[in-house]
Amino acid sequence: MHELEELYQEIILEHNKRPRNFRSLDDHTAHAEGNNPMCGDEIEVFLKTDGDRIEALTFQGEGCAISKASASLMTEALTGKTVQEAYAEIDRVMQLLKEQGIEPDLARDGDIAALTGVRKFPARIKCATLAWHALHAALKGEGNTSTEE
Amino acid sequence: MGIETASQQVQQWRGAFPLLNQLVNGQPLVYLDNAATTQKPQVVIDRLQRYYAHDNANIHRGVHALSQRATEDYEAAREVVARFLGGVESRQCVFVRGATEAVNLVAQCYLRPKLGEGDVILLTGMEHHANIVPWQLVAEERGARIEVLPVTPEGELDLEALPRMLRDLPVKLMAFVHTSNSLGTINPSAEIIALCREAGVPVLLDAAQAAPHQRLDVPALDPDFLVFSGHKTYGPTGIGVLYAKWQHLSQMPPYQGGGDMILKVSFEQTRFKEPPERFEAGTPHIAGAIGLATALEYFMELDQEALLAHEAAMRQRAEAGLGEIEGLRIIGQAPRKASVVSFVVDDVHPHDIGTFLDQDGIAIRAGHHCTQPLMKHLGLPGTARASFAFYNTMEEVDALVRGVQRIVKFFR
Ligand SMILES: Cc1ncc(COP(=O)(O)O)c(C=O)c1O
Repeated sequence: MHELEELYQEIILEHNKRPRNFRSLDDHTAHAEGNNPMCGDEIEVFLKTDGDRIEALTFQGEGCAISKASASLMTEALTGKTVQEAYAEIDRVMQLLKEQGIEPDLARDGDIAALTGVRKFPARIKCATLAWHALHAALKGEGNTSTEE
Repeated sequence: MGIETASQQVQQWRGAFPLLNQLVNGQPLVYLDNAATTQKPQVVIDRLQRYYAHDNANIHRGVHALSQRATEDYEAAREVVARFLGGVESRQCVFVRGATEAVNLVAQCYLRPKLGEGDVILLTGMEHHANIVPWQLVAEERGARIEVLPVTPEGELDLEALPRMLRDLPVKLMAFVHTSNSLGTINPSAEIIALCREAGVPVLLDAAQAAPHQRLDVPALDPDFLVFSGHKTYGPTGIGVLYAKWQHLSQMPPYQGGGDMILKVSFEQTRFKEPPERFEAGTPHIAGAIGLATALEYFMELDQEALLAHEAAMRQRAEAGLGEIEGLRIIGQAPRKASVVSFVVDDVHPHDIGTFLDQDGIAIRAGHHCTQPLMKHLGLPGTARASFAFYNTMEEVDALVRGVQRIVKFFR
């Protein structure tokens, strides 16, 4: 039960229940769909930039508590960041979610540190990375991405 | 049978499956993912071991003793399959990799040459991707199209629509599932096949989820084609069966080319063997076929009535127990169901249910179960699915219900 509680921390449960920025964005400048063909999770990420800075970041879709909370946390963390900063953050979070060796830095990673519980659940890592993959695709101007790759 | 003897019977069945006796995440394994694949009885494991330790040789090619032994065992396995299918001819049973390959074989070798522009392949709304995609591939190539017999909200086929579809559409083949893997619905296959027969439409029956629960009376059902997988029927992975009417099979061109399926090869021309060898190019999964036969023989010796009664009792207990949980909905309410219980819980995603139960050592499946069109039709992202085999126990059903109760508490 201990590992489960690490996976489903309060923060995750709360973001799952009341996801932030959970809507589409009519005036988006980019968007991308992420889907996980193994389980059917689908998350669509909408992005509005002024060319350099992310002015708005939202998401929509169906997913488990982990993928939804991760998307919600991502929108909070990256709104207002520059595109370059966003790329760097995506890299860092991907590493944090996938690699046992790296410890989250609470000051820097904030609530996102709560996502690292998935590292004990290899089958669920894809759920946590889904929205981040989708954002990466949106920034690159690719419409679709899948966590199966 | 009294409760006491019934549970003794289950313990005896269970004892034949060594895998079940282990801890997962520190808890006794509760394996409720039998619709994905079943576990293997010791006799099957022993038979595979004996084959590789004593009998291994290539078939149909050697004059030596081992090759003859392997050939005899392989062909004897076909006889067992024919018996399992209610006494069909063994030459009507082709060994393939599984249900998926069998459907592809029929799509490519039977239907493709007959299929023209505007023709229709009739499927149902509850098909597994294995019984959708192979048909789409040939339809696309030939300019044909797929039509779908709808599913009711209870999870039954809408039979009223069928006669009209068969009459009004240029249907070249109907393919449908005998027992649904996502809902558990047991379709009235004999009735559907009879309607198709009247309309002159050939039928493929997907028996992948039916075979693990009862012997299949193919002569009575009378499909043109029937497919099932060994690994879902207590046998090895990588082996399955295509049954076909001889009138079709004998006319079909080969699926793949190679050794074992030819009479005579020159660079100008090759003459093919008769079925079933025509469709078994290359060295087949000899051990798999022999292991499958052992599994089917084991299964056929069980008390079928007691087995089905036990499976039904587990399903009913699970449905009753889960049904009491607030916000939980059982998906699939057909009056005739196999031992499959699909469910969704308000505000709790199926994956989260799967992960929680796994921590209790309970294995279920969460997701779309390779039936995405059905999930879309039902407006669901997926379901959590517990599927029971005869070696599961009432105590395991109770563990499932307790596990789900805890999850719901946690998320509310
Ligand atoms: C109803 C049904 N048809 C076909 C298949 C495909 O079987 P296989 O993957 O063994 O080829 C399955 C397997 O899940 C199934 O449940």
